[in-house]
Amino acid sequence: MASTEIVHAHAAPQGFIRKYIFSLDHKVIGLQYYFLALIAVFVGMALSLLMRIHMVWPTANLPIFGHIQPETYLMFLTMHGTIMVFFVLTTAPQSGFGNYFLPIQIGAPDMAFPTLNMLSFWTTFVAFVVLLAAFFVGAPIHGWTGYAPLSAVPSAGPGEGLGADLWITSIAIFCAASLMGALNFITTVLDLRAKGMSMMRMPLTCWAWFITAILGLLAFGVLLAAGILLLMDRNLGTSFFVPGGLVFTGQTAVPPGGFSPSTTPIKHSGGSPLLWQHLFWFFGHPEVYIAILPGMGVASQLLSTFSRKPIFGYKAMVYAMLAIGLLGFVVWGHHMFMSGMSPYSAFAFSIMTMAIGVPSAIKTFNWLGTIQHGRVRFTAPMLFAIGFVSLFVSGGLSGPFLAQPVLDIPLHDTAFVVGHFHLIMGVAAIFGIFAGTYYWFPKMFGRMMNEKLARVHFFFTLVGTYAIFMPMHYLGMAGQTRRYSQFTEVGFLTRLIPLNKFLTYAAIVTISAQLIFLFNFFWSMAKGKKAADNPWEATTLEWTTATPPPHDNFGGRTPVVNHGPYEYSVPGASRDYVMQTDPATAATPAH
Amino acid sequence: MGLALLLVIWLITFFSTYFFVAKTWWLPAGASAAAPWIDHQFALTYILMGIVFVAAQGALGLFVWQYRDRGTATKVQYSHGNTKLEALWTVLTAVLFVGLNLMGSHVWASERFEPPKAGAVQAEATGLQFAWYFRYPGPDGKYGRTKPELVDASAGGEAAVGLDTSDSAAKDDIVSGVMYLPVNRELDLTLRSQDVIHSLFIPNMRFKQDAVPGLLIHMHFTPTQIGDYEIACAELCGLGHYKMHGMLKVVSQEDFDKWIASKETEKQ
Repeated sequence: MASTEIVHAHAAPQGFIRKYIFSLDHKVIGLQYYFLALIAVFVGMALSLLMRIHMVWPTANLPIFGHIQPETYLMFLTMHGTIMVFFVLTTAPQSGFGNYFLPIQIGAPDMAFPTLNMLSFWTTFVAFVVLLAAFFVGAPIHGWTGYAPLSAVPSAGPGEGLGADLWITSIAIFCAASLMGALNFITTVLDLRAKGMSMMRMPLTCWAWFITAILGLLAFGVLLAAGILLLMDRNLGTSFFVPGGLVFTGQTAVPPGGFSPSTTPIKHSGGSPLLWQHLFWFFGHPEVYIAILPGMGVASQLLSTFSRKPIFGYKAMVYAMLAIGLLGFVVWGHHMFMSGMSPYSAFAFSIMTMAIGVPSAIKTFNWLGTIQHGRVRFTAPMLFAIGFVSLFVSGGLSGPFLAQPVLDIPLHDTAFVVGHFHLIMGVAAIFGIFAGTYYWFPKMFGRMMNEKLARVHFFFTLVGTYAIFMPMHYLGMAGQTRRYSQFTEVGFLTRLIPLNKFLTYAAIVTISAQLIFLFNFFWSMAKGKKAADNPWEATTLEWTTATPPPHDNFGGRTPVVNHGPYEYSVPGASRDYVMQTDPATAATPAH
Repeated sequence: MGLALLLVIWLITFFSTYFFVAKTWWLPAGASAAAPWIDHQFALTYILMGIVFVAAQGALGLFVWQYRDRGTATKVQYSHGNTKLEALWTVLTAVLFVGLNLMGSHVWASERFEPPKAGAVQAEATGLQFAWYFRYPGPDGKYGRTKPELVDASAGGEAAVGLDTSDSAAKDDIVSGVMYLPVNRELDLTLRSQDVIHSLFIPNMRFKQDAVPGLLIHMHFTPTQIGDYEIACAELCGLGHYKMHGMLKVVSQEDFDKWIASKETEKQ
């Protein structure tokens, strides 16, 4: 139900704590999420740097960290994956930008449930603190996928004691927070759209956040259940994921937290390690789309805005995102072709996975079609949107290799997979976040970011990420197994060390280049050029209001929408963009 | 800026493609019956995806330069898309992706749907933190009983897999740290794990399969070339994952029989 008669749920707060800490304002909460992700991404990146250094110089004595042990490498690996997937790729594009801009773009004064919104942020914050706490007791070594029994039996390895309990608890808390957020997003889209803002007039960013929220609602509940079952296996003697008759004797090191290697069979029976994988990937695959869909929304919005041209095939873009969301729930088995799952089911999962390539291809074609015959303005956000398309294509095209069970035989669990998912759900999604940051920074902070620094940042990051992740495909083809802390023990891996060194150098340069972004971000906040209300000459509702927006978003006005979201270069119009709230005229009838 | 972008995108495309085409790094030499089929499907996928990759990146680079903002001289086409074109590329990609998938499926079917043929040589691989052990059933063709409480990994050999020597079927079982196989004879492989999930990965055989605790997984493949091939663990199994490697020695049937005989004698 679209409605204009919304009374703002709460008055502007006065005190510092109610205004900035326990705020009910979706804009403040959005920024809180954003800054949480900003801290998380630098922690995650630092871990990846340490891992890359350890992989090629395993005996190096580093300042502060000393000599990194293989188990320490695996702890970094687990924490890197967990932090990046949950606290960066899920947090920034959806909870950060979504919270800030979804209500404004649909003309609402706030989210549907402001208190729930505040609660979901602070729950996420607690989840992050609990995760970081695992560092201090010895983080788990089971990777972000936490395959049982490695993750289910404390004597399976260092960090699998209290560290693993904290890791699971953190994820369970995060799931609860995400469920609250998802409910809020869905309700807001369905109930709080301004007059005239029909579903098919929503910016594609809003569609992306909406579909992502639905995915989150259906996926996080399953992970939450799986996490609780895993905690029960570990602490209450149940056997959901652990079969009987297992013996753990291979331990060679004892972590600071202490554990005693068991040489007697553990007391479990009847559990299934594959059950964990099914539950995990039932969440895990939609999670990939949770990370990338908001980036698709941002890319669509920006390519249209800065090509000064309507998005090519708006409806197709919406249907493609819906198809991706739907198919995303029936492809999880493609992570398990080598798991011992029935080889017959691999057929079904494989066909579904290939099918998901179709809507992805539609999106790519339509992005290219948007640029074609446009008038491209090379602003910083546009550069990152173009980079997003390039990375989406590169990361996407290695998908059809991995989607074929027969090619998964040589490629599964190799660096090929690592290169694939980093390009598409890691770096492409991060480019979506960068694009969003450069685009909305003026609205959020009232100042422009420095364009020159942004260009330097863009080229370093684009070339750098390709230099890191493209060669991973070559490494994977040559047989480089993933999650190896060093390559000194297997003959065919030692031959790949020179290329691995190149990757490490590329990672050092690319990660260093992110300091340019960090500097630009904070410098521009204080010293950037003052921003106008609509510096990009864009059409959507956030550009109709003040910069930064007032507490109720539209200063007491309730916007009325007359146009679709991407009316650029309309023939006969007085300027090359028609804002969504512009009155309908003879030259620019309601569309 | 448009030109700079075009150059960077095209150069990235060129270098990425170059190392694929030059095969600077490639799949290791195949030495099993399925390897040519898998490699063929890989090459086909790679050519098709390579064409799409170059075309898409090429168009992206070209468009951002060609349609750069050149002031009022640039004429923007006001268009919301073209339904016919969209339908066309939807159908094309669907045919391409699904067709590619179906083409590879017979290889998968022959690998995983059909049981090994009669007369295949039997072996069992057991993964444990952090080593592979291989067991042959001996002349009786039967694997002896194993018991978790008998497992002693530090002792190696039979004790590492917990072989119950009181079982009559176990008397002639051979346990080895190295995998021996006769060339050109199918292997009927049983995979098991006694602690966490491991994955038996033999790149030259184009073979990979997880060993899952609680499951006995049956696989088969046929080595076609005599030689030594490295085995790695492909599933994260703990702190020693990186050093969990083994060796496969593919030998002539004659040498294989000799090796089995010498192992049996050793056991007596």
